[in-house]
Amino acid sequence: MYSKVTATCSNLIHVFIEQQNSRLCPRHKQFAVTIHYCAAAHRLRSTGLGHYSQKRLDQFLISRRSIFLHPTVGKIRAGGGVWGLLSIYLQGKLTARERIELLCDPYSFVEFDMFVEHTCSDFGMEKKKFPGDSVITGHGLINGRLAYIFSQDFTVFGGSLSSIHAKKICKVMDQAMLVGCPVIGLNDSGGARIQEGVESLAGYADIFLRNVLASGVIPQISMIMGPCAGGAVYSPAITDFTFMVEDTSYLFITGPDVVKSVTNEDVTQEQLGGAKTHTSVSGVAHNAFHNDVDALLKLRNFMGYLPLSNKEPAPIRACDDPSDREVPSLDTIVPQESTTAYDMLEVVYDIVDEREFFEIMPKYAKNLIVGFARINGRTVGIVGNQPKNASGVLDINASIKGARFVRFCDAFNIPIITLVDVPGFLPGSAQEHNGVIRNGAKLLYAFAEATVPKITVITRKASAYGGAYDVMSSKHLRGDVNYAWPTAEVAVMGARGAISILFKGKPDASRYEEEYEEKFGNPFPAAVRGKSFDEFILANVLVVLSLTAEDGEIEV
Amino acid sequence: LLWCHCGCNCWALHFYDSVCSDKAIKCGPKPRTIFVHKESPAYHFHIQLSLKLFKSHSSSMASLVLTDSSQLTSDGQHLGWIADDGVIGVQIPVGCTEGGFLTAWFPTLSLYADADWRLYLITCRDNSSLSELTVPGVSKQLDKRSSTCDDTKPGDGKTTPYTTSQYRATVLMVCRQLTSLDLYDTDPINIHESRFDKILVANRGEIACRVIGTARQMGIKTVAVYSLADYNSRHVFLADEAVCIGPAPSTQSYLNIDKLLEAVKQTKSQAVHPGYGFLSENATFVQALEREGVAFIGPSVDSINGMGDKLESKRLAAAAGDAEHCVFLAREIGYPVMVKASAGGGGKGMRIARNDDEAREGFRLSTQEAASSFGDDRMIIEKFVDKPRHIEIQVLGDKHGNAIFLNERECSIQRRNQKVIEEAPSTFLDTWTRAAMGQQAVALCKRLGYYSAGTVEFLVDSQRNFYFLEMNTRLQVEHPITECITGIDLVHQMIRVAKGHPLRLTQKDVPLRGWAIESRVYSEDPYRNFGLPSTGRLTKYQEPLHIPKVRCDSGVEEGSEISIYYDPMICKLVCYGNTRKEAINTSIKALDSYVIRGVAHNIPLLRDILTEPNFVEGNLTTDYLNQVYPEGFKGRQLGEKETLNLAAVAATLCATMDLRSRNFLNSSSNKIKAQSLDTWSFVVAFLDQEVLCQVKKLETKFKRKMEAFKLNSPGYRLETVDDDDDDDDDDDDDD
Repeated sequence: MYSKVTATCSNLIHVFIEQQNSRLCPRHKQFAVTIHYCAAAHRLRSTGLGHYSQKRLDQFLISRRSIFLHPTVGKIRAGGGVWGLLSIYLQGKLTARERIELLCDPYSFVEFDMFVEHTCSDFGMEKKKFPGDSVITGHGLINGRLAYIFSQDFTVFGGSLSSIHAKKICKVMDQAMLVGCPVIGLNDSGGARIQEGVESLAGYADIFLRNVLASGVIPQISMIMGPCAGGAVYSPAITDFTFMVEDTSYLFITGPDVVKSVTNEDVTQEQLGGAKTHTSVSGVAHNAFHNDVDALLKLRNFMGYLPLSNKEPAPIRACDDPSDREVPSLDTIVPQESTTAYDMLEVVYDIVDEREFFEIMPKYAKNLIVGFARINGRTVGIVGNQPKNASGVLDINASIKGARFVRFCDAFNIPIITLVDVPGFLPGSAQEHNGVIRNGAKLLYAFAEATVPKITVITRKASAYGGAYDVMSSKHLRGDVNYAWPTAEVAVMGARGAISILFKGKPDASRYEEEYEEKFGNPFPAAVRGKSFDEFILANVLVVLSLTAEDGEIEV
Repeated sequence: LLWCHCGCNCWALHFYDSVCSDKAIKCGPKPRTIFVHKESPAYHFHIQLSLKLFKSHSSSMASLVLTDSSQLTSDGQHLGWIADDGVIGVQIPVGCTEGGFLTAWFPTLSLYADADWRLYLITCRDNSSLSELTVPGVSKQLDKRSSTCDDTKPGDGKTTPYTTSQYRATVLMVCRQLTSLDLYDTDPINIHESRFDKILVANRGEIACRVIGTARQMGIKTVAVYSLADYNSRHVFLADEAVCIGPAPSTQSYLNIDKLLEAVKQTKSQAVHPGYGFLSENATFVQALEREGVAFIGPSVDSINGMGDKLESKRLAAAAGDAEHCVFLAREIGYPVMVKASAGGGGKGMRIARNDDEAREGFRLSTQEAASSFGDDRMIIEKFVDKPRHIEIQVLGDKHGNAIFLNERECSIQRRNQKVIEEAPSTFLDTWTRAAMGQQAVALCKRLGYYSAGTVEFLVDSQRNFYFLEMNTRLQVEHPITECITGIDLVHQMIRVAKGHPLRLTQKDVPLRGWAIESRVYSEDPYRNFGLPSTGRLTKYQEPLHIPKVRCDSGVEEGSEISIYYDPMICKLVCYGNTRKEAINTSIKALDSYVIRGVAHNIPLLRDILTEPNFVEGNLTTDYLNQVYPEGFKGRQLGEKETLNLAAVAATLCATMDLRSRNFLNSSSNKIKAQSLDTWSFVVAFLDQEVLCQVKKLETKFKRKMEAFKLNSPGYRLETVDDDDDDDDDDDDDD
């Protein structure tokens, strides 16, 4: 019985049901389901819980290896050997091969260069050779769609990058460019293969060049699933999206030891370049996931939003959520008081299909929301100010975050929906000295440059302190359709600020406030001019958005 | 326009040429039929009435047998018309019993059809005089009335259209009336009776909506008051007028007498209904209203004030000084009594005494025990009630000295003195006890000269002895269950009584038919202390109104905020039926179909109670929750079969999602024939269990095989449970 469990392990899929409703009664069908596909997730969890004894682990490995008949194949499967695998397991990670199995549809992965070995003969390296070297490359299907994948194997020389390793990666990247399919890198590498010296460094440069050439042509995704240090970090930084795994992955140019010797600063790996740092402080990583299994399943899900290349339209997935449904809660979402905060994410959840929103950089520059969702099945990029956080002002970080996202959408034919509630740019010397002008311009440039369908909905404030109104995909920046909710306030600035400038020093200035309020506190004056936006829409925003998004079908 | 008589269980409104004959209809082919499926979820109905109904049913119209045009009229009354300006009037007879129309009440929907024959709702109002409606073409009159009330139709361009919220509120109102109002047939609204012109509802939430509903049916204009936190609430949209009375905290708004009086004056309201809570039992408020010459829809100041003092005589608990005092008190209260330490707990220092000797002995022992255990030997003597039940009698009196009782309500299931589930009648009372309790309650009312609706609360022990607790001089939260079993609209009666009308009902007119159960759906987490309030937005909200014999009294809708300022009650779910079993089953079905997202809710607890054996048998006491859930509510514990079923549904759902996630409609140029997926192996893990499921896709269905194994057992024990449960397969299709 035991062997049966382990044998099926590689293709198990875990379904975790959130307790809330399932606890109620089985007849409640409204439970939320999170799916965890798991090659050996069973083992992963047991490891974490400390349930796995050494003996059982050995038994398990043997039982797995016995599946493979050919000794070399068996060796390949075992990567850098049993003890390497063991250390991987004890860290709660999956092996390079298991990661691929989990990421791809069952039996769809086709491997390249399985038997190739490294070429180094110094330092006794000729005696230590592993078929395939420290990376597994090939192509596979993710939900039936082709993707090129490389997965670095930490059990072989710490996943270090040899010239052969680099060549294998370059090969899949070249093919991906040729075919027009995304490249996914599962990074888990200690850095350059020091024994190979400059050959290894050359390998890095080859990869960087291909990253740059592929940029904007095919989507490139990096999933950091272990350490990634030194020269290796530039490749993930160039790719379109960098994801990390909490607790097990690190990204830094130099490690804590070097930092200590140069600046005498004591810092841990986690503080220096852990998932938390990069998702909330530096903005290097776009999101982080709980563990390998979670990360790979989320990645599968994420790939469904992207077109295969810049020659393809945004994918339309079958949709069970009617796009002409009414969402009554949108009527009440914007508070009556214009200074009261609300959660723009609620608006996003309400307008997109099935309340599914893949947020990019949820913890970084929280005053701007960006991410992917579907409307009537079609992928759209959502950009929205978040009034809940710093009133939704634009600052340097938000501008950079928004600009990069908008440019990605533009490159890959993904329509952009912008939800505007912006009081302005953030004032202050910290912002000015760090170049808010130059960075704010990036967002402006990105929106202005974008030629994908652009739909803008002004939910409340569209003030222009520092030109923020213009920046947020305004009509004047080639916004295709710009809507305003009846709650919209389109003005240069708030009433009080405006009056204090217009009637500076006059004793009865406050009585003009009301006049100003009347003039700009609602969308009608702007509607009369017909310049700021096209039409009011009420709660039935969905039909409009989905129709508009459909009109904007990309001609390829 | 007429009912559908084809037996298709839908309300069909047929359009006939003879009705609209010679009336110029400007454009488009005329729709012949609009019908509203009774079966369709009310939600569906109310939001899509205007746009979808006609569209979606137009193709199937031909197949519907049109009834003979002679049925156009019923008792000589036309039921609908189309006017010159394209306004369609539809009369929906509500308040009719099966088989014929009563003259009770005919609300009118006025619809406006545009060029594409989309229908817009213009007004929904109750008509004070039937005669206005009997002739086709009266819509002119109606229109005039409408325009005075600021109702406009979209398309005339002059005034602002209905906002969506107003529109929705109105249609929802109609919907509710359609589904619930056939309840009130014992003493239907008499439209010829004199009434107030306008009343103000000094409350919020569901009770405000409830009162506004009845007032509208009576043809009374309504005024809502609201705090800033409630500016978007339903009662504000439902009322004809609304007045803001201050900021969110209730002390500054709903409890602010000055603000309310100002609102009354400003709107020239003739009467005020206080609902429950807030100012409903505040004598100062009633006095202030009296000074202004405004009627209070409730009892007199004296009743509110006096209730406490006059009834003090029959005390249920008292502090005892020494043993003889204890005996004296015990005699006064009446044996059996409980002698217990005031600092007591855990059964220490407690004695039950049935006579004087036991009382003396008990006092001595308990004092010693208490002194040693708590260091405090103060004693309390209270009436001992074994297996106490909380049963209350609904009474109704008028200003002419009449009073009747409307049977009892069993409210034993309480937590922290707040009722959770109530039912009427009680399983415990026999006819004799009921009559005795009722007569006492009525006698009390008569003695006090009590009028309006009130409730007399009793504790009943296992021998059916009953002890008076207190009298509530207001409309109770749980009044709908009484309405369901008696067919009497209590709000209607309160308004009538306040106007000075005598009760038309006598005691023998009050029926006791069927059973009703009210489950209070709260926004709270039932797993902590049987309910810890939770706040947030209702991101998804759907009431199970599509199930027959379900009534939902609520003041929220999708998108509403459950705020920290007020009671976190979401809805009172009232289900009724001929028998208790039927009412329970309907309740369970309704709770299962209830959709609430965004806040925690206590539906798991409610549902669990409804299936709990003690409840099903009717073994209730006021300590029910603590007895049934001594450890607190832990959620429903799944049996093996249930576990497997749940796992199977989850696995199938997962497989369906997996299939869909690879279904791209504009798939790319480089198509690779993906291996078709038809079998899956899942491990469904929930709580601390894991179930291995195999899912196989058949032609139209999924087939599952399941093996259960538990993670926590030593080693991996594999219990093989092969289970091709076919009965379950239907679930898949829904998902």
